[in-house]
Parts: sequence; structure tokens; C-alpha cells
Amino acid sequence: MAGQGSSLGERFRLSIAPQADLDCIRRILAGEKQLFHELIRPCEKPIYFLLLSMLKNEADAEDAAQETAIKVYRNLHLFRGDSQFRTWVLSIARNEGLGRLRKLGSLREDSLDAETDDTTGDYTPAVLTSWREIPAEIIERQQLGEILRQAVQKLPEIYRNVVLLRDIEEMDIRETATALAISEAAVKVRLHRARAMLQRDLAPKLKGFAPKRRWFWGRA
Amino acid sequence: MMIDCKHVWDHISAYIDGDLDPVLRAEINKHLETCEICSAVLDSTRNVVVLVADDRVFELPAGFSQRLHQRLDEELTAGPPEQPEG
Repeated sequence: MAGQGSSLGERFRLSIAPQADLDCIRRILAGEKQLFHELIRPCEKPIYFLLLSMLKNEADAEDAAQETAIKVYRNLHLFRGDSQFRTWVLSIARNEGLGRLRKLGSLREDSLDAETDDTTGDYTPAVLTSWREIPAEIIERQQLGEILRQAVQKLPEIYRNVVLLRDIEEMDIRETATALAISEAAVKVRLHRARAMLQRDLAPKLKGFAPKRRWFWGRA
Repeated sequence: MMIDCKHVWDHISAYIDGDLDPVLRAEINKHLETCEICSAVLDSTRNVVVLVADDRVFELPAGFSQRLHQRLDEELTAGPPEQPEG
């Protein structure tokens, strides 16, 4: 997750060492079962928020997240190490979510799996003549966190899922594409549109949170 | 090649991710030097991406982790995971 004050460059750098995950899995399969708690811990947040995005209900998302973790444990021997462990786990979470939606009869396969996205939407950003950076520290004000959450929740699901994995979980394009079972090109298109929609929605609302300038000659 | 604002907006996400070819990136940089609108759109988009990704925006429900690991403990106590064949 992005920490306070981290740069975009730092945020988008991969930090997981796959060999460490493979070693941990080997030890679990050899009998050190309790190590599974530590293996799954970094995946808890993306599992929950991906399922919440799909199921739109906190209780259902939590139950599905627990079921996902159990399925990951039971199928650990099937992990081949040809993707990041987190990517494999999120594929299982996504399948768990899809299975539940199918049972509810509320799955729209076309909207989730489409490779060719709708091109009729308006993805023009909010036009501004200046921007004063809003520091992350201000998020501690409850109101701003809520505004940011609502903006992400308002995105259409196919765009929200990409933002969750790519921007919030800092997965790379390839990992995101694999976890969501879409092409890398689709990840890029959806991410671009999602960011444009977020900027258009949020920029006017966030302007008021910019710290006041101390110098009278600064840009307004 | 002269690029216009719309062209810049079409590539803002890739620009932020450093995923543009050097020639196009240089063209956009040149445009940004004189276009305050595109500079503001780029700065605000980058700022929005950083804010939305902050740890404090999306937090797990209280007790989520404890409940998950409690349920996992029941599963782990029940038996070992399946073993690879061979």
C-alpha cells in the first residue's frame, strides 16, 4: 500500500520477492502450517476490497474473503510460482466473487469480462488553470477520506477493480491483467479512463482542501 | 510535431506511469512548458492518484483480520493442505 509521503516512482516499484513466498509455501506444505497466517496477511486487504467491489456488501465480502483464504490454503500445492503469489490469490478471490454473483443471478459477464470497453463515455478531465497540491496529511480529516472513498465507489466496476489493484495495491500492469483475467491493453485503457473520471469528479471538490499560500505572489 | 491539449489528455495516465515512448514524452513536456491548463490537469490527476492510494482511505473493517485468522486457525487445525503429487 502507498505510505504517507511515498513518491509515485516508489509506489509503482515491485517489492515482493517471489522466492520468499515460494520458500514459505514449501515450509507450509512440509508441515509448518502456522506460517500460512503470515503468507496470507499481505493479501487480506486486496482480497477484501476486490470482493467488496464485486459484491457491494460488507458482510458478504468478509465471508467471501474468509472462504477465499481457506481455498488458497487447501489449494496451496497447486501454486506453480509462475505469477506472484498475490496475483494467484486474487484470481481465486475473483472466482469466489463471480461464483457468488452467479448464485445470486446478478452476474453480468459482459460487463466484467469485456475486452473491448465501452467507448461512448466522457473521459475528458476537469479543465483547470492551476493546481495547488493537496498533501496526503490532510486525509486525516475525516471528510476528505470519505470524499475519496465515495469517488472510487462511484466508478463503474470494471474501472474500480483496476484502480483498486493498480493504484491502491500497486500491482503492475501484468499482475493486474492476470488477476482480473483481462488483457494488459484493457488494464491501460481502463486505468486511463478511471483516473480521468476520478480527476473530473475530485478536482473541483478537493480544491478547497489546498493549504493556504503564504506568499501573496503565488498562483491562486 | 505539434500536439494539442486533447492529445496530452489522452496520454496522461501513461505519462504518470512513465509508460510513453521518449519522443511522445518529449513532445508532451514541451507542450506542458507553455500550457497551464494541461499542467494543472496533469498535477491534479497525479495528486488524485496519490491521495486515493493512501493507506488511510481504504481501511479494513474493525476486527476483520482477527476474524479471518480465527477461521483459518480452525481450518489449519483440521488438517494439512493437500500435497503435490509425486
